[in-house]
Amino acid sequence: MESARTRALVSKIIMYVILTIMAFIMLVPFAWMILTALKTNQEAISVSPFYIFPANGWHWETFGKVWKSYNFILLYKNTLLMIFFRVLCACLTATMAGYAFGRLRFPGKDFMFSLVLIQMMIPSQIFIIPQYLMVSKLNWLNTTAGLVFPGIVTAFGTYLLKTGYQGLPKDLEEAAGIDGCNIGQKFLLIMMPLTRSSMISLGIFTALFAFKDLMWPMIVCPSVETTTLAAGLAKAQGQYSSDYPQMMAAAVLAVIPMIVIYIIFQKQFVEGIATSGGKL
Amino acid sequence: MKEKQKMSAAAKNEAMWGWAFITPTMLGLIILNFYPVINTIYQSFCKTGDFGKGNKFVGLANYQAVLSASETWGSLINTVKYAIIEVPFGVVIALVLAVFLNKKLAGTSIYRTIFFLPMVCAPAAVAMVWKWLYNQQFGLFNNIFHTNVAWISDPKIAWIAVGVIGVWSIIGYNMVLFISGLQEIPGDYYEAAEIDGATGIRQFFDVTIPLLSPTTFFIVQTRVIGALTIFDLMFMVMDKTNVALKSVQSMVYLFYTYAFTNGNKGYGAALVLVLVVFIMIVTVIMQKAEKKFVFYN
Repeated sequence: MESARTRALVSKIIMYVILTIMAFIMLVPFAWMILTALKTNQEAISVSPFYIFPANGWHWETFGKVWKSYNFILLYKNTLLMIFFRVLCACLTATMAGYAFGRLRFPGKDFMFSLVLIQMMIPSQIFIIPQYLMVSKLNWLNTTAGLVFPGIVTAFGTYLLKTGYQGLPKDLEEAAGIDGCNIGQKFLLIMMPLTRSSMISLGIFTALFAFKDLMWPMIVCPSVETTTLAAGLAKAQGQYSSDYPQMMAAAVLAVIPMIVIYIIFQKQFVEGIATSGGKL
Repeated sequence: MKEKQKMSAAAKNEAMWGWAFITPTMLGLIILNFYPVINTIYQSFCKTGDFGKGNKFVGLANYQAVLSASETWGSLINTVKYAIIEVPFGVVIALVLAVFLNKKLAGTSIYRTIFFLPMVCAPAAVAMVWKWLYNQQFGLFNNIFHTNVAWISDPKIAWIAVGVIGVWSIIGYNMVLFISGLQEIPGDYYEAAEIDGATGIRQFFDVTIPLLSPTTFFIVQTRVIGALTIFDLMFMVMDKTNVALKSVQSMVYLFYTYAFTNGNKGYGAALVLVLVVFIMIVTVIMQKAEKKFVFYN
């Protein structure tokens, strides 16, 4: 009895030690990013002595400088607009198609749904050249419309919402049918609100994917004024590569909004990723 | 008779709503995805004029050029090497962490928050920070360990250094999926194992690993495809002037360079199709392996 208890205690301690070491490793890059941002460039590139912490006060003003010189207002605005419209389009089209695939009967349904599944299996890189040519023909280069373009519809979201609708009990709809609702009303008033959790998953997934994507914004929005945070950083790295505190401050400003949102909506984030399990 | 007609009217009505509801998505998929697949294949047989105009049919010339370039095979090998680091380490570390966090220890939510943090950061920013950590002269690693390693410009180790960033970035995501898989394993399996005298590590190998294998397979499959299409990290870490670029750059990086930096869409299209075929082969092999290794309850 005694030995079992000691063994449990020892294994608990080992687990905590491993978890803590891993947590430390995970946090080092974040800590180093913030610490560097708060140094002067001389401190950042000083080797002997090597400074871990800023030696002469914490230079918060670097953030203000970077905010202006990298045009962060515009980067935030562009990123936010892209995310907003992508989430809106994805949720709207996917919830409609998901409802039809999950609850309605119509000819050609299986074939159409197989197209949705096939799209999910194709690596997205194969779409990029023609998508870019379309955007450029539409004169949408350097616009929000261009950024949103490939995300107007979502096969993955359709699949996710279809599963959500299929999970709802049948009798709800039948009761509504007796009350004289047509299919559109049933969908809008009864069924759609019930798939809220799937919609939130899709929304988080879409927002995160759009926020992290680098190649598409670099291609369609090469200008600094119209591009997103991720692509803006890539541009900045090329331009200001020798001022390390400024670069790290820019990186902090680029990751902070999503980290704050994540910490507030942690439960939804984790559940959203776990249930959607999509290809990020 | 009247009843039947009424039914068919209702069925027709339902079909109309169904078609109306899927129309936006299907139209979008055709324009944004299915047409582009055909167009990419078409372009791979063409020599690109300026701005994608004036395509000239050149037959298999692009494929000949792509397949005879040592760069193509080099970057395919680089991509596989990246996957060989990211997938196994990312999966095993995440699995261990998930098992620990599933034990209902105090404070697990804080650990989970920390491990998942890289997932909500743009890889562009993550790569910038790691590049700074790896900096040969001023970086944290060389100064703390008193080494002088060219982490990202020595061809022999740069691919490992980039792989480490990939592992660091993906652990949280894999872990979250593992935790939700672990929670689906019924508790009685563990009770039964305990009665049989199986403890901690034995339980892990006898119960957790087999019952978790569908989740593991799902993660491995998505991560293999994700790793084979890696771009952001490499693009941010590896400058055009980096001497190790040739031995690190992935297929998608090469595709980006040709299709968009150099504007050679035809060559880029052929390159991306080679990658897609490779991914399809890998997927088929994995599907075959699934039948062998995955335990479905």
